[in-house]
Amino acid sequence: MSDLDAFRSETRTWLEANCPPEMREPIRSEADLCWGGRNSSFQSEAQRCWLEVMAERGWTVPDWPKDYGGGGLSADEALVLKEEMQRIGARPPLTSFGISMLGPALLKFGTEEQKRHYLHQIARGEIRWCQGYSEPGAGSDLAGLQTKAEDKGDYWLVNGQKVWTSYADKADWIFCLARTSSESKQGGISFLLFDMQTPGVSTKPILLISGNSPFCETFFDDVKVPKNQIVGEVNKGWDVAKYLLGHEREMISGMGLGGGRSLGAATKPRDPLLRAEIAAFDVDAYAFQAMSERFAAMWKAGEAHPASPSMMKYAGTELNKRRNELAMAAGGSDALEWDSERSRGGKNARDWLRSKGNSIEGGTSEIQLNIIAKHILRLPGA
Amino acid sequence: MTLLNDDQKMLQDTAASFLTEEGSIARQLRHWRDIGCKDGFGHGLWKQFAELGLTGICIPESHGGMGLGATEAALVLEEIGRNLTPSPFLMTSVVAARAIEDTAHAGHWYAGVLSGEAVLTLAVDEGSRHAPEQTALEAKRQGNGFVLNGTKQFVVQGSSAEMIITAARTGGSPGETEGLTLFAVPKDAAGLSVEDVALVDSSKAARLSFDGVALDADAVIGEVDAGWTPLNRALNGGRAGAAAELVGVASGASATTLDYLRQRRQFGKPIGEFQALQHRAAHLYSEIEIARAAAFKAAQLLDSGDEQAELHVSVAKAKAADVASLAVREGVQMHGGIGMTDEHDIGLFMKREGVLGELFGDVYYHRNRVAGLSGY
Repeated sequence: MSDLDAFRSETRTWLEANCPPEMREPIRSEADLCWGGRNSSFQSEAQRCWLEVMAERGWTVPDWPKDYGGGGLSADEALVLKEEMQRIGARPPLTSFGISMLGPALLKFGTEEQKRHYLHQIARGEIRWCQGYSEPGAGSDLAGLQTKAEDKGDYWLVNGQKVWTSYADKADWIFCLARTSSESKQGGISFLLFDMQTPGVSTKPILLISGNSPFCETFFDDVKVPKNQIVGEVNKGWDVAKYLLGHEREMISGMGLGGGRSLGAATKPRDPLLRAEIAAFDVDAYAFQAMSERFAAMWKAGEAHPASPSMMKYAGTELNKRRNELAMAAGGSDALEWDSERSRGGKNARDWLRSKGNSIEGGTSEIQLNIIAKHILRLPGA
Repeated sequence: MTLLNDDQKMLQDTAASFLTEEGSIARQLRHWRDIGCKDGFGHGLWKQFAELGLTGICIPESHGGMGLGATEAALVLEEIGRNLTPSPFLMTSVVAARAIEDTAHAGHWYAGVLSGEAVLTLAVDEGSRHAPEQTALEAKRQGNGFVLNGTKQFVVQGSSAEMIITAARTGGSPGETEGLTLFAVPKDAAGLSVEDVALVDSSKAARLSFDGVALDADAVIGEVDAGWTPLNRALNGGRAGAAAELVGVASGASATTLDYLRQRRQFGKPIGEFQALQHRAAHLYSEIEIARAAAFKAAQLLDSGDEQAELHVSVAKAKAADVASLAVREGVQMHGGIGMTDEHDIGLFMKREGVLGELFGDVYYHRNRVAGLSGY
């Protein structure tokens, strides 16, 4: 038996013994996910227990080094763990922007002290993070951001406003882009970390067309941030920001997979024209799944183009929007119900409306196409 | 998906340099087309395939072949597609080689395939659309053998082939997969007439008419009435291969188009500076990457004997044909007037895509199959 086979067999046994049955149920809504954080309340004892045993082994972040709270698994071992979890339908023990976005950026750009301090907290789900990137005047033109961080000797003084801050009202800390110099657009940005409880920070949820409020406006009014809470060098935050965006885009592209289930199998369309459209969609979805597997392998092996998350993000989100359009068509008038029990609180309609944001958040589809044209195709003037 | 191993990367490099050099559009496709060659491909180049061992890529090592699989064939086919190289590789070395695998015919035909002397092909379609289970060509028992009556069409390289693997009905009714039998029909069989047809891409296909073609029992490939298994094996190999070739066609068309976007100037700048074209080019890039991933996944699943292979072969064929069609349509449009001329190569990609898209089932056939295999 190879080492990997032995690892698979041990993992299978351990998961069987330790993953509570409730945590093997399909995820029905956002509320079924565990986001962690100082104020988190667990949905169930099973959820609490599942996070605890997984964090104990470092398996909330299986491929991070053990020194920082990770599982220290190789790429192959991490894949085996993922497959074994999928096999029994295990939910992720922890979902967070700390895991998917900040962590990778800290691993690459953080100081040793920062890694030891923040990564453990992320791995154990102790601190919930939010992302302070977009501003009212800086959306697609992100580097045009105006939130200011002034050097006041022993602290940064932060003033400005962020928008589309996901779950800012529930987050403990923020990773935030701020202007530390006006001399250069991209070269005047720094990457700061601070506690959302710091005096001067306030948030206001934004009601979306889906009827939900996952995003906030976030205001900074003379917020004092300790000097050591900067990642990377002063005025070099754009490099950290872009690296993190690659991870964000990779994460968002995952929604293109739609849980890996055929839309046609889920909706059983009887109308022949709708069936034909759904079959065309399913071909694209299966093909995207193949792309996603290939991308993951290439990314781990360092063979992927650095701009390829843009391609994944573009393709995955456009696919998810199409999935929702077709699910609405297949659902007919049932899918239009907004708050009935039958419709599980209008899940179809709300998901459909929410999906419209997929090709906007994390950089619009048009921005991704610009990036592909410039960095991958190297077209002139792009 | 696992990435290519070192041997596969080496094979890919070999195929790429060989086909870019020897298999180029100017040296092969245009040359043979312009002199009105009867086969639509060059036997000299096919011998070079043989010298490199490529004709025996899927033939077991015990028979002197390379003993490789659909994945390696896909690597070669992507390069064939990129260069629009006319050759019997797909029909002979992939489809026919798979059809006779592990049968008595392997010993008889593999040597000729390995040396590059024998071209083999498959006759399955009887109407203008691919529908293998609808096979109606009748094979009636007579004495110790069979007599075949019926017609076939879209038999690629049918007039160049030494032997034509023919799907016939020995039992059941059209629409059923039971009762099919594969026969090895020699080109000079009495009662077989071959009408050579040039296709839109200058490749050759044949319409066959079987008028009381008498065959011995040993012409049967595999088992009588159980031809679906080897036929499906051959077709799936062919579909995965055509998908890879289509990815190559899409990549070649896209590369030609990107060059043009960088060179052609209007309004005082390269047209590639216009965002209207940049976004379409970037979308196409993304689609080609996805089609390639689907094609390689299908080939890898075929090689590992995975039960999902059938589904993913259809996904690959449908996706690759869809994307190659987009690539050639965008290619001709972005080239403007020059794209409509015979002198420019971009139109040749469009013609090849048309034929490959149809071969072994078009986009609609495979979407329908994906739906069926997914349970709706």
